[in-house]
Amino acid sequence: MDLYEHQARELFEEHGILVPRAEVTSSSKEACGIARRLGGRVVVKAQVKTGGRGKAGGVKFAADPAAAELTARQILGMDIKGHTVGTVMLAQPVDIESEFYVSYVLDRAAGRFLAIASAEGGMEIEEVAARRPDAVARMHIDPVEGVTSAKAAEIAEAAGLPPQTVDVLVRLWEVLVREDAVLVEVNPLVRTRQGQILALDGKVTLDDNARFRQARWGAEGAVHDDPLEAAAAAKGLNYVKLDGEVGVIGNGAGLVMSTLDVVAGCGARPANFLDIGGGASARIMADGLSVILSDPAVKSVFVNVFGGITACDAVADGIVRALDSIRLTKPLVVRLDGNNAARGRAILDGHAHPLVQQATTMDGAARRAADLANAR
Amino acid sequence: MAIYLTKESKVLVQGMTGGEGMKHTRRMLAAGTDVVGGVNPRKAGRTVDFDDRAVPVFGSVADGMRSTGADVTVVFVPPAFAKAAVTEAADAGIGLAVVITEGIPVHDSVAFTAHARSKGTRIIGPNCPGLITPGQANAGIIPADITKPGRIGLVSKSGTLTYQLMYELRDIGFSTCVGIGGDPVVGTSHIDCLAAFQDDPDTELVVLIGEIGGDAEERAAAYIRDHVTKPVVGYIAGFTAPEGRTMGHAGAIVSGSSGTAAAKQEALEAAGVGVGRTPTETARLVLDRLERN
Repeated sequence: MDLYEHQARELFEEHGILVPRAEVTSSSKEACGIARRLGGRVVVKAQVKTGGRGKAGGVKFAADPAAAELTARQILGMDIKGHTVGTVMLAQPVDIESEFYVSYVLDRAAGRFLAIASAEGGMEIEEVAARRPDAVARMHIDPVEGVTSAKAAEIAEAAGLPPQTVDVLVRLWEVLVREDAVLVEVNPLVRTRQGQILALDGKVTLDDNARFRQARWGAEGAVHDDPLEAAAAAKGLNYVKLDGEVGVIGNGAGLVMSTLDVVAGCGARPANFLDIGGGASARIMADGLSVILSDPAVKSVFVNVFGGITACDAVADGIVRALDSIRLTKPLVVRLDGNNAARGRAILDGHAHPLVQQATTMDGAARRAADLANAR
Repeated sequence: MAIYLTKESKVLVQGMTGGEGMKHTRRMLAAGTDVVGGVNPRKAGRTVDFDDRAVPVFGSVADGMRSTGADVTVVFVPPAFAKAAVTEAADAGIGLAVVITEGIPVHDSVAFTAHARSKGTRIIGPNCPGLITPGQANAGIIPADITKPGRIGLVSKSGTLTYQLMYELRDIGFSTCVGIGGDPVVGTSHIDCLAAFQDDPDTELVVLIGEIGGDAEERAAAYIRDHVTKPVVGYIAGFTAPEGRTMGHAGAIVSGSSGTAAAKQEALEAAGVGVGRTPTETARLVLDRLERN
């Protein structure tokens, strides 16, 4: 889960990293008072979980509290790369002398975290790396030792950062470890004309798998912008809303991803990702179908199940019992393959629901579901 | 010969006495696996009956290894305890630890994979279905009865796509199928398996299944180009996945322009790997390649 900038700022502050004074609001009226408290002149920053908000006009200076209110009104409600701005952060401007870049990112291939640092901060690190690869220092971190002062000094020296950044590098590592983050990035980390090292903007991505031991973020993680995703999450389903017409249910993340691709290859667009896992019980099948059928964009549904540990006859029983508890309003194409596939298909044939049809192959079923969606 | 797992393997199960552990230990035994013990410090000294076989429970992996000569452990313990379980197994000096557990925090995976490497323990997983050498042994949760022994090696990030291909190619059969797991950090990579299959006389062709996220497939492509002389057929899932969304597997996420399915397919094809557009077409490519051999 990505955190908002203001949440990252809060974490940094808790871990003893200097940050600009700032407050958050979702009301332009409040912005005026906040600006007054912060000394009048402020930077108004859209809080969205996407990059490039400066270019999109989501970050603006305001010279006084009245201007802050006006600017907040302009930015609130703005659409930045599909994200609607619901809150703004007002921050005290900082007198910048120089800008740096520091981050800890997961290097999947190495199975370790990687420190990335550069004395050229303030722009996209990928751009710096492409233009001047020598200006970007990269160093793997030993998971047992972590970032000690000695290691931090090594990173700072390699990147050409001033010695005062060593303490920040150590504290940022603490943020990463203690908060179970998979990414901590400060860009820019600045030195002010007064000689302070300040984290001006930051990004933190938390590990969803660590939610069980990071209680603070538990509720936050449950917030879904999309109502269908919220409904699915409430039922404990692994669902992602997409922009298409063919509803998809399958077992196993890889098989479901593959199903989406095969549907797209047949000239229709998948409406969602939904992995019901190994079990495929009647309840899970009914929950999944009800979420998908409540999506007005869905014109047909493709249930793609490979019977491995759960054999196809059990899956077919689950589908039949699910159809008893919900009202099917759209055509359903079922492909059962694997263990006891013949018995499973016979169970569905016996049920003879007018809106349910079967196909014996995944490709054939996808074609059928795509044709049904395109015909409606 | 197969890779990593044979009928000689002696298998411990950490978390055997839990629900999933019981269910899958029974299946592993039924597939012919020599399951020599379970590990649970609170139930040490007891035995658990699986149909016609009584399996002893040991207090630690080290105890289990001493008493039985076990060289493989399969880990079913919950995420919060997985790091301790794997660390214990590595400290005991086991050769192979297969970590089935889904939902392990990545900081824990980083720690125990590094620790295992320093102790010479190979980790498969986490968040994986395990591996099977059909007709010999099954370490994990892969259904054993959907295929037969044969000459195809398979390495995959995804469980169900593995099963799908195992089933589609059941008439040819498999030497070993390895589910390396869908987490961002895993102990065994596509490359490790490709190297092992290249050296395995029982494997004639390798199926490589990948998905969005990271650059493991691109790295595998470079490795194939330089080191693999056996034919490789590939499949990649996730062409339609939107940027920035996690698709079921914790590691399956396109970040910006990196980790896309298209980039992976391109890299594999540039290395001479035929890539199927669907699992079924992938199976057909395998048959074509085997016929030409």
